[in-house]
Amino acid sequence: MIRHLLSIRDLDPDGIEKILATAASLADVGSRQVKKYPTLRGRTIVNLFYESSTRTRLSFELAAKRLSADVLNFSASGSSVEKGESLKDTAQTIEAMGVDCIVVRHKSSGAPLRLSKWVSANVINAGDGMHEHPTQALLDLYTMRQHFPSFAGLRVAIVGDVRHSRVARSDVLALQMLGAEVTLVGPPTLMPPNASSWGVELTAEIEEVLPKIDVVYVLRIQLERMEAGFLPSLSEYSRLWGLDSRRAALLKDDALIMHPGPMNRGVEVSAEAAELPRSVITDQVANGIATRMALLYLMLGGEHSVEASASA
Amino acid sequence: MDARDVTRALGRISHEIVERNHGASDIVLVGVLTRGVHLAQRLASRIKEIEGHEVPVGSIDIGLYRDDIGLREPSPLAPMSVPDIDGKTVVLVDDVLYTGRSTRAALDALIDVGRPRTVQLAVLVDRGHRELPIRADYVGKNVPTARHEEVRVHLGEVDGEDVVTLGEESPKEAVR
Repeated sequence: MIRHLLSIRDLDPDGIEKILATAASLADVGSRQVKKYPTLRGRTIVNLFYESSTRTRLSFELAAKRLSADVLNFSASGSSVEKGESLKDTAQTIEAMGVDCIVVRHKSSGAPLRLSKWVSANVINAGDGMHEHPTQALLDLYTMRQHFPSFAGLRVAIVGDVRHSRVARSDVLALQMLGAEVTLVGPPTLMPPNASSWGVELTAEIEEVLPKIDVVYVLRIQLERMEAGFLPSLSEYSRLWGLDSRRAALLKDDALIMHPGPMNRGVEVSAEAAELPRSVITDQVANGIATRMALLYLMLGGEHSVEASASA
Repeated sequence: MDARDVTRALGRISHEIVERNHGASDIVLVGVLTRGVHLAQRLASRIKEIEGHEVPVGSIDIGLYRDDIGLREPSPLAPMSVPDIDGKTVVLVDDVLYTGRSTRAALDALIDVGRPRTVQLAVLVDRGHRELPIRADYVGKNVPTARHEEVRVHLGEVDGEDVVTLGEESPKEAVR
């Protein structure tokens, strides 16, 4: 297995399938009498979060605890970062404490990559700037796999602010690697500038796309994008691209509605559409734990992690 | 062991399980994935022939309970399914008993899902070289081996035929 997960590109289709299969075996831990496995006893995992996060941090924390690892939580606010400590110094401080794995979220694209060069611990990217969020893509794939046996030919539309979305970037890479067909939907100002090189279809017409797809993946619209001039107003966005129950009715009977959270109900997705039976948004959250457990098991349970800590 | 030897050994073990537990009413068979599960299912169908009722069969994966995590590539995992074992007599079923480390892991896995009244161990082959204080209650065949040798259990459900071989590398010599 890989040493670091910085991008979905670090994985190949076999590696992704291995993670999904392992996650499926771990999924029932929450319903057992003893809700944890002893697997990573004695390992220490630190959640190094320079950006706010609820579900990703909790999900990683729970995944690590269910494998019996010790977990340290670090958030930039209220820490030495406020006193001006650099990422490198923080990393070396954590390294000196004998940590086996660093889960990092940072506002700057590429921060996890830099970090991985400074430390001997395994590094997992939990979202970096506008770059990638690979574990979100893995849990999204896992959720799709629960409903569709194969990714080959699966048609997925990603709707919204693709330009600024690390989730979209990781999802597109992962879906393409497994043979799915991706369409990006949204206002041209929110499409990535180099999207023509992504090998995806691009359109602004959501109602033409919805009847043809298997999954509609709705991205969060961030208020600050409007202030930066990418959008005239949230209500206009909602009117033209928001997924409401009228638009959801255009979907095929077995199509899924997904969203990485947190939702702006009434903006990119209406409360009614988010709660339709075909919406798997809460499944995504639950699946995040099993997927991250699988990743931690495969990354930290392997031989290389022992060599790495022996040489450290 | 050839297919008939395997069948005879499982038949005898089924009788021994029933005899020792005075019936099969409180018994749950739990196989260690992969081949232990198939052996457990075969034992269950033999016990049904003897006693006339179904014995629940479960499966456990010991990958997350191994004591060599971090020393080797992580083993692939399979979903576990263990029926209610609280207060029951669990017969743990595995293909080969060697160092005892897999059995130790299986016991831990079992205890995380319930509290059996007793746990017994049934294996098709006991090849010796124990590294932990563990012994089998029911043994298909004791096979003296050297540490560098390898015992391979092939079962019809997984491998197309029932045969147990002992060897270092192929061609394997059948254990008779």
